[in-house]
Amino acid sequence: MNSVDWGWIPDHARDLTILALDHMATAGPAVLFGLLIAVPLAVVAHRVRALRGLLLGISSILYTIPSLALFVLLLPITGLTRTTAIVGLTAYTLCVLIRNTVEGLDAVPAHAREASVAMGSSRTRTLLTVELPLALPVIMAGVRVATVMSISLVSVASYIGYGGLGQLFTDGFQRNFTTPVWAGVALTLLLALVADALLVAIQWLCTPWQRGHAARTSAGKAA
Amino acid sequence: MGKGLPVIEFESVSKHYPNGTTAVDDLTLTMPEGGITVLVGTSGCGKTTTLRMINRMVDPSSGRIKLNGKDISATDRAELRRGIGYVIQQAGLFPHRTVLDNIATVPLVLGWGRRKARARAEELLERVGLQPDAAKRYPHQLSGGQQQRVGVARALAADPPVLLMDEPFSAVDPVVRAHLQDELLRLQDELQKTIVFVTHDIDEAVRLGDRIAIFRTGGQLVQCATPAELLARPADAFVADFLGAERGLKLLSLSTLAGVEQGPAPESGRWRLVTSGDGRPQGWRDTTADGDSAGADLVPVRPLSDGDSLLAALNEAVASPSGLIARVDADGKLTGVTSRDAIHDAAGHEHARAAKADGGAAPAKTDAEGVIA
Repeated sequence: MNSVDWGWIPDHARDLTILALDHMATAGPAVLFGLLIAVPLAVVAHRVRALRGLLLGISSILYTIPSLALFVLLLPITGLTRTTAIVGLTAYTLCVLIRNTVEGLDAVPAHAREASVAMGSSRTRTLLTVELPLALPVIMAGVRVATVMSISLVSVASYIGYGGLGQLFTDGFQRNFTTPVWAGVALTLLLALVADALLVAIQWLCTPWQRGHAARTSAGKAA
Repeated sequence: MGKGLPVIEFESVSKHYPNGTTAVDDLTLTMPEGGITVLVGTSGCGKTTTLRMINRMVDPSSGRIKLNGKDISATDRAELRRGIGYVIQQAGLFPHRTVLDNIATVPLVLGWGRRKARARAEELLERVGLQPDAAKRYPHQLSGGQQQRVGVARALAADPPVLLMDEPFSAVDPVVRAHLQDELLRLQDELQKTIVFVTHDIDEAVRLGDRIAIFRTGGQLVQCATPAELLARPADAFVADFLGAERGLKLLSLSTLAGVEQGPAPESGRWRLVTSGDGRPQGWRDTTADGDSAGADLVPVRPLSDGDSLLAALNEAVASPSGLIARVDADGKLTGVTSRDAIHDAAGHEHARAAKADGGAAPAKTDAEGVIA
């Protein structure tokens, strides 16, 4: 009963691939939309002290809503669509993305911000060319957490038919057949690992100034 | 230098903060074209606030500031700042940009285009004495002194007529600081910028300033004068105290040996100056020492040229066993010697001259008007 039917996996390779892609078609946009919403809100929270608590509070409350309940609540608005799944997951990413972006902006050295303004850059230009790039490592840490979290949460959306690899869990449970469940768990894990590695690579490419730093720091420690 | 038309004018400028502190109190001061005006004082005396009001990083509570005759409050902040170079404490470089891109910041903001901005940045890199291979590095890969040079290059990138420097050399060690000060003076000789320089170090102020403005806690300007005038005639006990007990000696650092008489090296007496075949001073030989004279140990001598300061001369004269200093020409060849007494006399004259210098301004007004143009 608990043993894996290894033959089942190659027989269903096509189905598994489709489910994995479907999985990412929900998780990917969720993180992307999460970022698009979180960054502007975080900039506001960073600049307007009075709004900081409010924005961080709301995003934390969103995060505490049980996932299944959130999908049920969204059903009357967006129906049995992928949108429902994406909106739900997006809401969950906001908490970590807003918090990390605010923290990243807080950590920008004051002298760098000041130098930019004092040399005649507008606040927007300073934000885009100095503050966000310098906040990038902290923002990316949030994106990595949000991505892994979203990938693991997608399966909950199988309740509304957009669970990606989560469909395998329902399927296995209904048929009392564990092989699809194990395959789903392994593939979810694999997707999370690959996505995370991809994000690390993107960060490495986007923050060339940190490379030498890391190299120098570790060289310093070795010496 | 320092005799140009006023470029920056403060007219009864005050800065009060809501919490009741006064950073700058009724300041009237002008900074002449092509000169280095040093604002000096203890922390909390308003010198940095004064500097930051020039590029509108701080707005005055009352009074007016004019740049080239135009009220700066009528100028767009960003536009004003792009025309003013700014060097802040610890360089304030952008950690995520290469040295070259740091320097190219203002040209890029001004829309010069990448290629032109980079070409200009490369030119400046060389100008401030950095190797071309520094261009691709990031600020954290440079030493403190190198970072400061990049900071200066960045401020000069768009060739602004005015340069504001806020304690730019305070974070580097004394040796590097002296180098950077020399470099700044060398650059200033070429570029003739109007520089406003903030420091808490009176020696730095004396070294760099064409004029020095001394501030007191509470944002009051106490005295603004040339270094020589300031050292010779401090306005009050506060200024005298700030200048330190050795202010008489500091004054000597401002004048050179050039006019001081010299005579031939002594042919008799205990000490003889030994020179090499081509006339370079080697050291003093003690004729009373035992043994054959050729093998006797020489007391080392540090020859001085006309460009050296009276302070250096005094120092040498005190250290010299004969009480004489060796004078050399530009090639290092002996031209003569000068006695301790002659140096003392010259020092005394220098003091007397500075103390009664007319200069036009009434001696040391407490509400220093500041203009000596």
